[in-house]
Amino acid sequence: MHGGSGTQPTRPATHVMSDNQSTQTAVAVGDGAAIPHKSDAGLFTAWRIAFFGSIILCLFLAFGRPDQYMAIFLFVPEGIVITFKVTVGAILLAIVFGMIAGLGRISANRFINGAASLYVEVIRGIPLLVQLFYIYYALGRFIKIPAILSAIIAMAFCYGAYMAEIFRAGIQSIHKGQMEAALSLGMSRRQAMREVILPQAFKIVLPPIGNEFIALLKDSSLVSILAVSDLLRRGREYASETFNYFETYTVIALIYLIMTLFFSKLISIMEEKLNDGR
Amino acid sequence: MAVSPPMIEVCGVSKFYGIFQALNDISFTVSDGEKVVIIGPSGSGKSTILRSINCLETIDSGRITVSGKDISLPQTDICKIREEVGMVFQSFNLFPHKTVLENLTLAQTVVRKRSKKEAEEIAMELLHKVNIAEKADAFPAKLSGGQQQRVAIARSLAMNPKAILFDEPTSALDPEMIGEVLDVMKTLAREGMTMVVVTHEMGFAREVGDRVIFMDHGRIVEEGTPEHFFTNPNHERAKLFLSQIL
Repeated sequence: MHGGSGTQPTRPATHVMSDNQSTQTAVAVGDGAAIPHKSDAGLFTAWRIAFFGSIILCLFLAFGRPDQYMAIFLFVPEGIVITFKVTVGAILLAIVFGMIAGLGRISANRFINGAASLYVEVIRGIPLLVQLFYIYYALGRFIKIPAILSAIIAMAFCYGAYMAEIFRAGIQSIHKGQMEAALSLGMSRRQAMREVILPQAFKIVLPPIGNEFIALLKDSSLVSILAVSDLLRRGREYASETFNYFETYTVIALIYLIMTLFFSKLISIMEEKLNDGR
Repeated sequence: MAVSPPMIEVCGVSKFYGIFQALNDISFTVSDGEKVVIIGPSGSGKSTILRSINCLETIDSGRITVSGKDISLPQTDICKIREEVGMVFQSFNLFPHKTVLENLTLAQTVVRKRSKKEAEEIAMELLHKVNIAEKADAFPAKLSGGQQQRVAIARSLAMNPKAILFDEPTSALDPEMIGEVLDVMKTLAREGMTMVVVTHEMGFAREVGDRVIFMDHGRIVEEGTPEHFFTNPNHERAKLFLSQIL
């Protein structure tokens, strides 16, 4: 259960590369499900086999072996909702943390730059699971907030550090002539950042943010060890009552797989749309 | 009788990149309405001095004043200086996420605080002036280099600058597009705009320039009227450069 990629302290970072002015942007992903591109025929087929295979397998288990599996499928959906709440809440908050820290990382102000860099380095050096425990119990000690909220904050705080690097790379990939042109028109740095740099950077960082979303969706299973009834925890609750460990975790794994494959497809479509555009 | 300060005054400016001296004791003035052309081999510091006037580069010593205001003093509002002195870049630097029209209205609304309607009226007028009004709703990526550079000039004009700095405005263009950009610049010159132009277009320098500054290795080697410079330069370095380029 602790073997999720997100628990490793040195998770391969997501890189944003852009060759100067052109909108050509390459995104290399070290985590999350493999993104199926049309050009990558082998992977594309693998995606289809995995995605439709898991759906068919789910249907077969639910209706072919209803006595063993139907109850599981009826018991876990509540957990899916929680998993989504945690994932969406954490990614949105992580984008906010990431944007602030990313801007801090390129700030000329030494103090701000140092603080942002420290945040990124410290967070990336601690396993996600340890951070989850730490922030969860640290928060619990000083303020009373619902378990799911502390889980979201903890996940977002961690992912914000990775997100910061994405934003930093995205902003730095914008040709410096853009900032100069904005400044030469009399804009302040802040205005240039808001009107010229960030709108362009945001387009570049969208795909890597999508990848982070998938990675976060998987890592959200870690919150099951806190008092949060996500998909995995619902499964554990069911299994510990019925002792049907194999059947339950088969279903849990299939549901995670279908969700991540679905979203990776969605992101690849989004990427294609972005590349088709100007 | 009060004498108004020169539009741009560069006084003993030096700049280093590490141990490399990019600018060595550069001094010149540009008065109101004057067209000054800076030429010289690449790496001679001509773009650096132009960028320094717009505070895109910092200088290590010397003084640059624009309308009498010293731009390196902390109390000087750099943004105000840049509003008054426009800049046109070699690589156009249009904003790719904005349409041509939005490229022209952005700074007007954000910096000059003009209403959207007023900014658009001014923008359309300028787009007509540079002959590209029909592309107002296009994105820059759909335009040719020459068209992009004309939009960039219009964008700069939209701020009603007192002077415009041109940093090799035609160097990134295909030969057949150079003419259309130079034509726009000549029109501006006729209308009395103060211009400082870094260029390799000797024909333009000769036709439009009131004064030519020849730079080499971070120094001003020769300065004079185009007539004098192109027919009878004093320095060997200038003669050599002209013989190579003409």
